[in-house]
Amino acid sequence: MIKVHFSRKQLCIPYALFLALFVVFPMLMILFYAFTDTVDGSITFTFANFINFFTSTAKLSTLLMSFTVAIISTAICLLIGYPIAYILARSKLRRRNVLLMLFIMPMWINFVLRINALRDLLDVINLLGTQNYLNTIIGMVYDFLPFMILPLYTTLEKLDNSYLEAASDLGGNKFTVFSKVTLPLSMPGVISGITMVFMPSMTNYVVSDTLGNFNITILGKLINEYFTTYDNWHMGSMISIILLVIIFLTLLATGGLKDSKTEARGANLW
Amino acid sequence: MAELRKDEKIIEIVNVSKIFDETAAVEDVNLYVRKGEFITLLGPSGCGKTTTLRMIAGFDIPTSGKILLNGKDITDLPPNKRPVNTVFQRYALFPHYNIYDNVAFGLKLKKIPVTYINDKGETYTKLRKLTRKEIDEKVKNALAVVDLEGFEKRSVSTLSGGQQQRVAIARAIINEPEILLLDEPLGALDLKMRKEMQIELKEMHRKLGITFIYVTHDQEEALTMSDTIVVMKDGRIQQIGTPTAIYNEPANAFVADFIGDSNILSGTMVGRYSVRFCNKNFKCVDDFEKNEKVDVVVRPEDVKMTAPEDGMLTGKVVSVVFKGVHYEITAMVGRSEMVIQSTQSRNIGDVIGMVIEPDDIHIMKKEFTVNKYDGYITKKNTVVFGDGEFECDVTQLYPGSHLDEEGYLITADGERIDLTDIDVTVEVDLKNIEISDNADEGGACGHIVSLIYKGDHYQYIVRTEENEEDFVFDSEDLWNENDYVSVKIKPENIRLTLKQENK
Repeated sequence: MIKVHFSRKQLCIPYALFLALFVVFPMLMILFYAFTDTVDGSITFTFANFINFFTSTAKLSTLLMSFTVAIISTAICLLIGYPIAYILARSKLRRRNVLLMLFIMPMWINFVLRINALRDLLDVINLLGTQNYLNTIIGMVYDFLPFMILPLYTTLEKLDNSYLEAASDLGGNKFTVFSKVTLPLSMPGVISGITMVFMPSMTNYVVSDTLGNFNITILGKLINEYFTTYDNWHMGSMISIILLVIIFLTLLATGGLKDSKTEARGANLW
Repeated sequence: MAELRKDEKIIEIVNVSKIFDETAAVEDVNLYVRKGEFITLLGPSGCGKTTTLRMIAGFDIPTSGKILLNGKDITDLPPNKRPVNTVFQRYALFPHYNIYDNVAFGLKLKKIPVTYINDKGETYTKLRKLTRKEIDEKVKNALAVVDLEGFEKRSVSTLSGGQQQRVAIARAIINEPEILLLDEPLGALDLKMRKEMQIELKEMHRKLGITFIYVTHDQEEALTMSDTIVVMKDGRIQQIGTPTAIYNEPANAFVADFIGDSNILSGTMVGRYSVRFCNKNFKCVDDFEKNEKVDVVVRPEDVKMTAPEDGMLTGKVVSVVFKGVHYEITAMVGRSEMVIQSTQSRNIGDVIGMVIEPDDIHIMKKEFTVNKYDGYITKKNTVVFGDGEFECDVTQLYPGSHLDEEGYLITADGERIDLTDIDVTVEVDLKNIEISDNADEGGACGHIVSLIYKGDHYQYIVRTEENEEDFVFDSEDLWNENDYVSVKIKPENIRLTLKQENK
């Protein structure tokens, strides 16, 4: 008889295996492909892909396009999402849970179905095929708005009312109370929301293809093309790595990687 | 001049009520605060003290009534337009600002009038913001007042509870408010810290010379710090007075029980300035009608122990507890308990005599002597009142009557009466109500909302949920507040009288 003792350390084995197989190994593979090239069937180490990306106008303009789409979509989501989250969280509406549900519910409906429905709708109002850029933005906003509302709602809902009362007690009018207290204290939610929207809208080419009539190319699409159409895994991997670094840098810039303190914790919890 | 100013009313609350979701948090409160006074709103949680404070601050708007500041109506003015600042219960310091920015928050928003003279020699006034230097100066002063010099750059989270408390006070007083509102500001501090802060707050009040309105549930805190105490319960003011007056002359049994320790005993007036309790007659200084049932309040420190033969009362010691400065001795006098505070100790089982001076016997009207309800008779000859249905003897409505087989009442004259739906007044004595854990056993159910110990028994109030009917009764058994119980009344103890209009 073999006695099996489970210590806590052993309990992590399945997870470690999972991480190694599905996270670490693929990452290493991408890294390997990114900095190598296949010449006459033999693989050689090279920086050519890296240099190629930053010297190719086509690739750089795709990067720029991705950035503009993502920045505009995120900004619109924030402008629409903040007031909604604020009203839902701070008002004394009796049915606010139902309302919140209505805003969140699209997330539970199949993504492809939603985007195709939107495509038909845009077709009806004659935007499809004529306003590719606008359509892509509309699609991104429609798709990612709930991801902006939820973290904002969580932060605003947890915001202690006494802070707002204190600010108004000290002489702040409604605008001052909002700009000096509510907004700064809801920043963790804002950052969380921005990260949730900005990153996917840089890469989600299903939206840009379906609604932009294949005329809008963003980074996600480029990666896909290199892996499938051009069968160039090396360039595809390099673009993936560059995207990863960009996302990492955005996180760093928005402070999303900071060890979140009590206020921020709730925003990331959802 | 200074004396005269002190009598000016700075805040006047006139007939103010506040209703939240159909329950009244504050009911018809009338109160004024003198300029420069330290006034405390005191009461158990849910008594309406914080709501009253919040209405003065402007966070809540009264449902009805007026609030006057220096004679001007400010009832609907938003908080930022009131010359009032608040120290919050949990401080509410802004976590995204450091101490300097927290304290300077109000100053940065403030505009002061300045008079200029232009070229033509005309004077005109303009509002301007404070300069950086002025703000720096004031913040430094405010932090000095609360003993936190040099804390400007620290962040809120690095401060202890006591320090945060001080910052909260500095943040409020820097705006030079006419009134400083303090909502249980010491509630989160430990005992030693609290005692220190009490003294400091009192000192600050003296130095600043502004009006303090203080909210607390801690009676000792209120007695230590206040010029005036307002005792509240269930949204109503029970008593307003100086700490001495509140302590020595409580207006009712609730105040006596809430402020300090007290022996509350049931007594009967036996003549002018003479009251009987614990089966003995005592001289007293209060005058009530003869034979009136009263509550007698005696403070534990006012009971003097003597040799048994010299005492007005004699009793047997049942417990002795050392409390640091004094001993707390409990003696049984017949069936009543008497708590005594004395620097001398006694042994359990000792027989002692007790002397109480007439000055120390406080007599107050008994709040409840009988429960009275409006009710009606049902088909089954039971009576419905107080959110419940009880069996009763309906024949008492008509002397000499009896019931026939079909349930009709036959009067002494032989008249046949259907009593269904007849309105009656129901009276039940306090001693005739019993309660039970079993919800099905009694006629009505409710929660115990209050209990007051009265020497040899407890006085309970059971309140029903539906219409908030109260059943007040005395019992020797101990129940807990908030217990859900059913109310039992024996049929012979329900007194019925016909209502006039139905006769």
